[in-house]
Amino acid sequence: MATLNEEELDGAQALIKTLSDLGVEYVFGYSGGAALPMFDALETVESNIKFVLTRHEQGATHMADGYARATGKPGVVLVTSGPGAGNTITGIMTAQMDSVPMIILSGQQVTWMLGKDAFQEADIFGITIPIVKHNYLVRETNDLPKVAREAFHIATTGRPGPVLIDVPKNVSQSPFTGDLDAEIDLPGYKPEEAMDIDSSSLEAAARLINLAKKPVILAGHGAMIAGAEAELMELANRTESPVTSTLLGKGVFPESHPLSVGMLGMHGTAYANKAICECDLLINVGSRFDDRIIGQADKFCAQAKIIHFEIDNAEVGKMIVPDVAVVGDAKVALTQLLPMIEQADHADWLEHINGYKKKYPLGYKKQGGLRMQQVLDDIYELTDGEAIITTDVGQHQMWAAQFYLNDASFKWISSGGAGTMGFGFPAAIGAQFACPDETVIAVAGDGGFQMTLCEIATAVIHKLPIKILVLNNHYLGMVRQWQELFFDNRESGVDLEGNPDFVKLAEAYGCKGINIKRPADVKKKLQEALDYNEGPVLINAECVKTDNVFPMIPAGAALEDMLIEPPKHKMAKPVGST
Amino acid sequence: MSRTITTSDKKPAARADIIDGHTLSMFVNNKPGVLMRICQIFARRAYNIDSLVVSQGRDPQFSRLTLGISGDPAGLPQIILQCDKLIDVIHCYEHTPDDSVVRELALVKIVVEGGEKRTELLQIVEHFGGKTVDLNESSMIIRIEGASDKVDAAIRLMNSYEIIETVRTGKVVMARGEQVT
Repeated sequence: MATLNEEELDGAQALIKTLSDLGVEYVFGYSGGAALPMFDALETVESNIKFVLTRHEQGATHMADGYARATGKPGVVLVTSGPGAGNTITGIMTAQMDSVPMIILSGQQVTWMLGKDAFQEADIFGITIPIVKHNYLVRETNDLPKVAREAFHIATTGRPGPVLIDVPKNVSQSPFTGDLDAEIDLPGYKPEEAMDIDSSSLEAAARLINLAKKPVILAGHGAMIAGAEAELMELANRTESPVTSTLLGKGVFPESHPLSVGMLGMHGTAYANKAICECDLLINVGSRFDDRIIGQADKFCAQAKIIHFEIDNAEVGKMIVPDVAVVGDAKVALTQLLPMIEQADHADWLEHINGYKKKYPLGYKKQGGLRMQQVLDDIYELTDGEAIITTDVGQHQMWAAQFYLNDASFKWISSGGAGTMGFGFPAAIGAQFACPDETVIAVAGDGGFQMTLCEIATAVIHKLPIKILVLNNHYLGMVRQWQELFFDNRESGVDLEGNPDFVKLAEAYGCKGINIKRPADVKKKLQEALDYNEGPVLINAECVKTDNVFPMIPAGAALEDMLIEPPKHKMAKPVGST
Repeated sequence: MSRTITTSDKKPAARADIIDGHTLSMFVNNKPGVLMRICQIFARRAYNIDSLVVSQGRDPQFSRLTLGISGDPAGLPQIILQCDKLIDVIHCYEHTPDDSVVRELALVKIVVEGGEKRTELLQIVEHFGGKTVDLNESSMIIRIEGASDKVDAAIRLMNSYEIIETVRTGKVVMARGEQVT
């Protein structure tokens, strides 16, 4: 590797050097003309950065996302201009919706060609404005290190999110004559304010909590990002509250703990949703009240007081108007709150909720073919609930959320807000790079998996021991479920006839493949996959074609209208949300 | 030369779910793309920007925006927070007529060929403290400046003449007293 004199850096080299100084370990991406100087800088700048060549830019963004969600550190993506940048849109949107720190570097046409429809020119700055926390189109070479530092600061502080940096080719390949350590300058961004909690809001919250007879804690992704696990546990113990979590909050409070009632919302547990319906105080720590957890907003916790711990001021009152809002970092807020909280005795309330746990347990039929729930239940048992699970979106995702309990943060990686099919497998690659010693399981349906399966190549090349669990029902099962329940079972656009033989497909990439067809074989075959660590292994589980996920709250309906089992009457089409 | 009346000052019928007269002021970074970020927030939430004034601040690093908007009143507080959340927005405040001074300027081009009509028109202009800024044999341009309702009233009176076009700057706002705009 050539050694470089700092005096003779070009913009791209200054940028890569800054990334290295910022602690970047991995860059996921795909090369191309406008990004050539940045790719060359990866070779010429001495750094610890390892570049991972993906097979599609969308895969790169999801890998960076999985890396970020497994570590809390920003995932970094490097792509070229035009279609390269365009292919990152879904991944950026996914990260933005789920508050994931990500840096996307895109090559761009030379500045004097911008706006002239030059080759591979796309206004990715304009295109991504609504789906990023912030973005840049850099026009001065000497600004590159400063912009990179600002981007990292923005992506990782406050409510995290993706930041895109668009770098025209002439900007990256011109000589750099500026200051590599230039200070950031963001007069409109003050994330440090989140550490300064309004004490009157904390006092008001404490008053409500000490008065409550039937409190419930709702733990969201924000609590996890803030690292508030211990404070949350102390709050739960002291208030004797059942704790439910959002899909993205899974693990921030151990789901195997007696106070846990699991996930709430559209496909949450019956007892979590019943606890929400009957509580007299809801303590929301770090959830933005997503429409898929509140259902019909005006009926959500209508009888209860609501406290909302929220770092993003713009989320307060957006979906649900709380009685008390505590704006700021969840860990700092809970730490300051706890001394004001008295030890409660809510034995009756907890017993009441435990009654629901006994009456409405999550379950599935053991007869009539292989069920996705069984596969997930078995892999939960075989891995002692300690694997990192990534998922796609759909039935398998909801069943995984129900049956794979998480007892620790950063081990459940799923596209929540955006609901991005094709997310799970590349996210698992990112997570496995981040955590080489952990068991990483990508749970996917046959639909979503086919959207990004080209990344098998990436997993094989790097010998990543990912377990790719394809729960195959030859259907877009969740959409089919809605068509069955709400559209007189008229199937439209859901039959995945023509699926490949996934095991043969895996083998074509040099990846091990295992088929599971019989319920009796599940544990043995899963164990075989778990024991194989030479590279990725794909497990194709041929599952019952037409199973449905329950409990279910039809979109936009009130939580009290939850269906615990298949309805016996015809259902009206949901109109309140999607 | 035939002339077409291109502007109508008729207001659409009032709707209960629409607020107007709301004035936001923003202090923002002075660089390309900032306005795009702000406009997307309004468009996504079905708000219409009725007037928009942007100018460089005293410190050229920043710009000053005044927006007159209409849309669902329930969403306004959230819109303000969303704008404030933008990295490029230093602050965003709503101002009411009570706590601020609001001014705009209108230019009105009218066909008038001398005689009694012109004298009448000049009296209206004088009443509103306006000024004739262009005058020839067949037309004149009148400048009216003041609060938006005053400008509306002046144009309403001029409607009985043949207005060719009107151009309004949009509202600029400044908070009264020690309050920050």
